[in-house]
Order: sequence, then C-alpha cells, then structure tokens
Amino acid sequence: MATDVETRIDTKLNVGAKIPFKWVIPFIVIGAILPFFLGGYATFQGTLIMIYAIAILGLNLLTGFNGQFSLGHSAFYAIGAYTAAILVYHLDWPVYAAIPIGGVVCFVAGFLFGLPALRLEGLYLALATFALGVSIPQILKSSHLEGLTGGVQGLDVFRPKVPAFLVENFGLTMDQWWYLIAFVVMLLMFWIAWNLINSRTGRAMMAIRDNPIAARSMGVNASLYKSLTFGVSAFYTGIAGAIAAIVIEFVAPDSFTFQLSILLFIGMVVGGTGSIWGAVFGGFFILTVPNFAEEISTGLSYAIFGIILILVIYVMPSGFAGLVNLLRVRIKNML
Amino acid sequence: MSQLLDVKGLEASYGPTKVLHGLDFSLEQGGVTTILGANGAGKTTTLRAISGMVTRKGAIQLEGAELTTLQTADITRKGIAHVPEGRGTFVRMSAEDNLRLGAYSRSDKAGIAEDVERVYGYFPILKQRRNQQAGTLSGGEAQMLAVGRALMLRPRLLLLDEPSFGLAPLIVQELFEILKRINVEEGVSMLLVEQNASLALELADHAYLLETGNIVISGTSESILENETVRRSYLGY
Repeated sequence: MATDVETRIDTKLNVGAKIPFKWVIPFIVIGAILPFFLGGYATFQGTLIMIYAIAILGLNLLTGFNGQFSLGHSAFYAIGAYTAAILVYHLDWPVYAAIPIGGVVCFVAGFLFGLPALRLEGLYLALATFALGVSIPQILKSSHLEGLTGGVQGLDVFRPKVPAFLVENFGLTMDQWWYLIAFVVMLLMFWIAWNLINSRTGRAMMAIRDNPIAARSMGVNASLYKSLTFGVSAFYTGIAGAIAAIVIEFVAPDSFTFQLSILLFIGMVVGGTGSIWGAVFGGFFILTVPNFAEEISTGLSYAIFGIILILVIYVMPSGFAGLVNLLRVRIKNML
Repeated sequence: MSQLLDVKGLEASYGPTKVLHGLDFSLEQGGVTTILGANGAGKTTTLRAISGMVTRKGAIQLEGAELTTLQTADITRKGIAHVPEGRGTFVRMSAEDNLRLGAYSRSDKAGIAEDVERVYGYFPILKQRRNQQAGTLSGGEAQMLAVGRALMLRPRLLLLDEPSFGLAPLIVQELFEILKRINVEEGVSMLLVEQNASLALELADHAYLLETGNIVISGTSESILENETVRRSYLGY
C-alpha cells in the first residue's frame, strides 16, 4: 500500500532505540548558556531558529508522522501571530498569555480545516492547503478586517520589560530573555511531541501514515485522528507564530506569504521527515542558508540556495536526523 | 457445531461496479473455511465486505448481531481480525509496535504485554526482529507479523487474505502449520482466501468456490477435493 509521503526504509536502523536522557542533557545545557556568549544579534537569530523549529515540528507531526501534506502552514503561523498581536494590541493582554491562546486558536482552525480535508489525499490535499496558504495574506489585508488586523500596515506589538530581578541579578537583556522563553517553550513542545509519538495515539497516527486501510481494520478511527493531527500540527505552528509576533514586535500580512510554507516544508525535509529533534536543524537551515546565499550573490541568491538545497538532499537523503542516525550506527558497528 | 457467521444475499460494489452478486454462506464456530476462486472472482472483496471496507448490501450476522450497519472499527471490536492482502504491515514502525497496533482496540495493558509474548511464542523470529522496522522484514516474516498483529486482537474470527502470496514453499508450509495450531489451540475460527487451492483445502474443513461474484460450489473440503470442476480448474490434475 503506497503512502503519500516517501517511505524511506533504513535497514540498519532500529526504530525502538530511544535516545538516552543523559545524551540530551548536554544539549539542553549548551542551549541554555549560549545566549550569554553570543552577541545580541546572534541571540535574536537563535530565537528565530527555535521558533522555526517549533513550527517545523508541527508540520512534521502532520507530514512525517501522519502522512498528510501541507503547503499552507504559513496560514497557521499567521493566525497564531495575528491572534497574539490582536490580543496584545487591541485588548492589552499580557504577551505571555497571548502565546498559548495563539496556539489554541490555531488548534481549532486546524481541526476545522482538517475535517473537509479528510476527503483529500496526497496531491489534492497539497493543493487545498496551498489555497489556504495563498489566501491568508490577502484576507489579512482585506478592508473588511482592517479594524482588527491593521490592514497592509499590520500591527505593532510591544514587549514588556524584562522582569527587574533578572536584570539586577543577571544583567539579562531583552534578547536573552526572549531567547530563554523560546528555548523553554521549544523544549516543552518537543517533550510533548515525544510523548505523543510514543503513546497509543502516536502509534495510531503513524499506522495511518503507513497503511490507512490496515489501520482502520485495527480499529483506528482514521478520520478523527487525521483531523486531530491537523489541529495539533496547527497548534504547534500557531505557538511559533505567536512567539514570532512578540519577538519581532510587529505583524504584517507580507510576513506570512506562501513562501513561508515552502520554507517550513524545506526545513522539515532537511531536518528529517519523521524526526522530532531534526526540526532544530531544519530551523537553522531555513534561517541561515537563504542569508548565506544572499551574501554570496544578491542577484543569484535563489539559484545558490537551490544548489545548496540539492547538495544537502543528495548528501543527506533522510535529512540531518537520518544522517546522524546512520553515523551513530556506523560508529556502534565499528566499536 | 453452531454457526459463528451467517451471510445472506451479500452484494458489494466499488463505485458503480458490482463485484459480489448475492452470496450466501456460513462459517462454523471454531472451523476453518476457505473461499477458492480465480483472480477477480471477488474473494478479497468478500473479506472486505465482512470487515466493512467496501459498500455492501445484504445481511452479515455474527452470532445473530448484524454487522452491515457497523463501521470497520466497530466490527474489529466485535473480534473480527483482518490480515489484509499484501500483508499491510506498518512499514516504518517497529515489529513490536505493529503488534501493539493490533491490540489498539483493547485497553488491558497486562493482557496486551502477555499477548505480545504469546505471538512471539508462535513466531520466535519476530522476537529477534522486534525493534526492526517492519519494512525491512522478509516476505515470510512480514506475513507472520501480519498474522501476529491480527492475533493481538484476541479475535474470534480471523480473515486471511492470501497468506501464501509470494512466499517460498517451505515458509508457506511453516506458516500454515502455525495457522492450524492457532485454530486448534486457541479455537480461533478462520476464513481463508487462497489461490493455492490444494494448500487451502488441507487446512480448511469447509470450502466455497467463487466465480465472478457468485458461489458456484460449496461443501466439505473432502467433497470439494473430489469435485471434477475444482480438480481440473483449480488443482490441475
């Protein structure tokens, strides 16, 4: 039975092998102390990488673990961002509370979008989500919603000061403070995804990806899980969008074009479809590589980005996570 | 013996194309029944009709309870496990996770763990492969996994769709011996669809011959083995 997402079988890979927690700790420690060694701009970039990683993980839950395509995740990113911005700008909500609300609104939007999308598979779902992705910037600009969204101008979001005791005791800057918030949120989201994937629900999600007919005959309610996964995926992307709105202190329709959907998609594939932590590399890739290509040649930046992309896919056909897994197995076999 | 499944006037169609034209048959409690027939006769469709995966009309009763009004997931919960055509394992998941999926509609954790071991008892090779991706298993191992996964439901009725397909003769022999053991030791009733008629008649005690969506011959395995038409068309001697 063919699935819509490429099924890459790795003969050397044991899928039951879990990463021991002691291996994760050093990465958490390094991630936490990094902003104290980086400059302000690099810290800000690190924050954006983590925001992208959360969004990519959301897309990956949908595509990598459930086998549904989306070219419209920029829409959920936008909905998350605008929800947060509207709550803060119009209703004076505290920015911290606006983040989870952005996620919840997206969960509802994703679940509702997932219901009609149940009838669409593979390429057709890609087209339907594409339609969602391209329509959102225009809807946000629409004169009917201008009072709420600020139209083409967008909305400003002002961040509150860093809590005083952190400034006094640690000299924490605004960039460092929001880096740490994004870091904690990212870890939390990764932990939730990890538990989800290793639960009965997660197994049902993956069974639908591998063989929807067989999954149904095991008693899995495929329709419900596909819609729910759409909701959860949108929730992740919405959280990312909400944090982005606050960190960048501004939302405008043109930040959420269809191109963002494609970038998230690239990040997912490059990081490793079906990998949780690969999303961090995916975020790193989509933030840094386009800038790097721009530095080489402004006029040909897309061509250079394209070449880099092809090379990366050639070298790491299962994404960064797949490469690391392969190296791990090689080293293990050598020892 | 009492009847487990009673099928009357079963029709099934894919879109506008009708495939089954009113089948009547029944399965005995604890028995093994086989449906023989050429390609395109409607064997797979019959199994799919029972587990609710195609549009169907007529009556399918499991000990008096009507199944045609139920969804696949609910039919599964009634204890009907389907080993689909082409095995249908979850290729990117580990072998053991495949087994756990088979017990998806159960919630007794201890019982599930016990049954995983029970399946490993029948198929020791799967224990060695427990953490391997199901897509990397050999054809025989994958078929064993598909049968093992179905057993995780603790089924009353096992629907087997061409379990011998694409397997080496020795593996087929081994697999069918285990199926026999499962039938005898656990009392699981089976409905077996096979192209390999002699193999199927060896395991089964009852048989139906299906031709273009109609049952043309039925009877005990012995009587079918002696039937001229079956012998010439399906056994080849």
